[in-house]
Amino acid sequence: MTLLSVQNLRVTFDTETGPVEAVRGVSFTLNRERLGIVGESGSGKTMTGRAVLRLIRPPGRIEADHMVFDGHDLAGASESQMRALRGRRIAMVMQDPKFSLNPVMRVGAQLMEGLRQRDHASKAEARAKALAALEAVQIRDPRRVMDAYPHELSGGMGQRVMIAMMLIPGPDLLIADEPTSALDVTVQAEVLSILDALVRDRGMGLIFISHDLRLVARFCDRVLVMFKGRIVEELAAADLMHAKHPYTQGLLNCLPRIGGSREPLPSLDRNADWART
Amino acid sequence: MPLIEIDNLSVTFTANGRKVRAVENVSFSVNEKDSFGLVGESGSGKSTILRAICGLAPITGGTIRIAGAPLATPRGRPFSRLAQMVFQDPYASLHPRHTVDRVLSEPLAIHGLPGTDARIEQALTDVGLPTSFRFRYPHQLSGGQRQRVAIARALMLEPKILLLDEPTSALDASVQAETLNLLSRLRATRGLTFLMVSHDLAVIDHMCDRVLVMQHGRGVEELSRDALASAMMKTEYARALFTASADRMLGA
Amino acid sequence: MTTLEWLADPNPKSRLQSRAAQTWLSWLRFRRNPLTMIGLLISLALIFMSIFAPFLAPQDPIVQSLADRLQPPFTPGHWMGTDDFGRDIWSRILFGSRITLYIVLLVILTAPVVGLVIGTVAGYFGGWVDSVLMRITDIFLAFPKLILALALVAVLGPGMVNAVLAIALTSWPPYARVARAETLTVRNSDYIAATRLLGASSTRIIWGHVMPMCLPSVIIRVTLDMAGVILIAAGLGFLGLGVQPPLPEWGLMVSAGRKFLFEQWWVATMPGLAIFIVSLGFNLLGDGLRDVLDPRSAGR
Repeated sequence: MTLLSVQNLRVTFDTETGPVEAVRGVSFTLNRERLGIVGESGSGKTMTGRAVLRLIRPPGRIEADHMVFDGHDLAGASESQMRALRGRRIAMVMQDPKFSLNPVMRVGAQLMEGLRQRDHASKAEARAKALAALEAVQIRDPRRVMDAYPHELSGGMGQRVMIAMMLIPGPDLLIADEPTSALDVTVQAEVLSILDALVRDRGMGLIFISHDLRLVARFCDRVLVMFKGRIVEELAAADLMHAKHPYTQGLLNCLPRIGGSREPLPSLDRNADWART
Repeated sequence: MPLIEIDNLSVTFTANGRKVRAVENVSFSVNEKDSFGLVGESGSGKSTILRAICGLAPITGGTIRIAGAPLATPRGRPFSRLAQMVFQDPYASLHPRHTVDRVLSEPLAIHGLPGTDARIEQALTDVGLPTSFRFRYPHQLSGGQRQRVAIARALMLEPKILLLDEPTSALDASVQAETLNLLSRLRATRGLTFLMVSHDLAVIDHMCDRVLVMQHGRGVEELSRDALASAMMKTEYARALFTASADRMLGA
Repeated sequence: MTTLEWLADPNPKSRLQSRAAQTWLSWLRFRRNPLTMIGLLISLALIFMSIFAPFLAPQDPIVQSLADRLQPPFTPGHWMGTDDFGRDIWSRILFGSRITLYIVLLVILTAPVVGLVIGTVAGYFGGWVDSVLMRITDIFLAFPKLILALALVAVLGPGMVNAVLAIALTSWPPYARVARAETLTVRNSDYIAATRLLGASSTRIIWGHVMPMCLPSVIIRVTLDMAGVILIAAGLGFLGLGVQPPLPEWGLMVSAGRKFLFEQWWVATMPGLAIFIVSLGFNLLGDGLRDVLDPRSAGR
């Protein structure tokens, strides 16, 4: 059963010097699986994620032939209908907890805010749920973290708090926009395994947006490769080594490897036909 | 003879009344024309060492010698002809209101060197940028292009040493490859000595001959490239770092 | 190549072309806001009026004509009426705009410049330089502007030049504060570090690197302050301590019209309206400039 279906999504920004197309006709479907969207800067991957949640403000415009989540039409929904969906059914985790958590509110207050406002839980209920959420992301001392401010937490801890916060309402779809890019390498693995377990246990759909092709391939079931606002290749993660499009191959080969040769790294041919559209 | 000698270097900052030991008793040396890497996670102090060499961070213990001589405080003009730095964030290392032309002509103006036009055009060509970019502003350039301008600026005074502070972490993978290739080429043609900092072990492995792994301000283990490639590290932390990095390799 | 193509060229061939292109883009962004355009129009109208006052004014602003005194608006030949000496109010307003513009220009050419220099030097060097300069700034800031201006004029004597001096001396501290705040933000940037590493002197860094980053905030403050300057000049004129009669300074005109406020309301109200419109115009302009000059919106 299709959870999310997007057809011909276009995101355009009307600047003084003319319209700029960030996303140019992207189509994909998502069941309760993990979909990775990979691309470099300017590929439109972040804008695609935001467009699904209708988080793009003017001068940006979202247009789609068809954008449906579990029977709800996202493209034509009103702002209040979207507000009902955001957070509750579709959640988003962003890159840097320093910028996505409110720096002047304690973590506990932020976790409980949604529960008390949206679900009208009592203070005690909200606190219990918040503690449970922190335990679910393997935070060992949830009470201390509840009383802390975001800047007192390390990057990895902050990101786990973010994930906990987003998963409290039990959404069906999680959009993760570069959730581990701001973290140290040793912490990345931890956070990803937590995310992995949660997504599997709850049977959620996951859209994992990243610039790291290899990471996405290890973590997701299917991968979409984007370049300049379009999808250039769609493949199962297991088939990544057999990618056909020169851009995907280029992305795979251009990273240095430990123990690799000292020869110049292969780079993309930016004058090729596919690169110039 | 080693070109850069770091002996028991310590850098301690006071922030809000508390002492932060950014670097504690780190020692290593870099020979001429070699490429040395400092690798570690955030807070390991690796960038602070570069800043201490440049005089941007105070030295609270130990010594730094460049070409056998201790460093003058303030560093002064002779130092700028000897060592230059490329910074991590290409969006922050170029003045937003200066054109590329202004950025590249400034070092020449400061040191009273002639031949500005020819040298600027040559510098742009050397880093693989078209000379038509000369009067663009930084916001009209991509991240990779800005980093090339930063590299060109660093090379205008023809230094012997290039200090590289995570020069490609803020760049896309394909752009990183091009930038690393450029740096390798420049090092070979100009006989430069590199001291490179990165959190990415694969980048360090590709660019450097020797590596010092750092954690919490201390040097944990120094490895040659071969030891790194064959996973012959002695300390647990170095091994953890290696595993976490290699983990991300597909089928490697 | 047409002018538009020249401006839109992605590879400018000279510094002039590059800078012109950026200015043009800023203009396009500026143009988007209708209120800002109104502010710009009012400011341009003021300049136009000052330059062409002799041609636009139907009558001499100083010559008295007691037979025509206190004529109401829309009397033929005097569409704003006349004052108690029979002088045409519209003509006086036109010539008064010169005085207003003169005062405003003199102040903005002195106070912000002084404030910018003091603020950047204090912010860049820090330490005792910063402390000393900021304490001096604080001393000036502690006095209410109008009171200090009054005191200075009382000591120096009334008159236009002294009024300008008094206003300028009380206006520079906020610019120093603004410039210092910007400098503190900019001081730790990588590009400043890179330039220091190239061997640049502090003077070169402050002049060429720090000040350009402080300019937008200072410019915005200037346009917003211009309204205040006009009001202080008008206040001084109202109290008889600034420009002296028979010069047609607007504040002076309002003061002189006080006596007739109820019966012949136009004598005080017309110059009052002029002050109001010009102040509003500068405020709108300043708001619009903030949107355009904000470095964050200038392309990332």
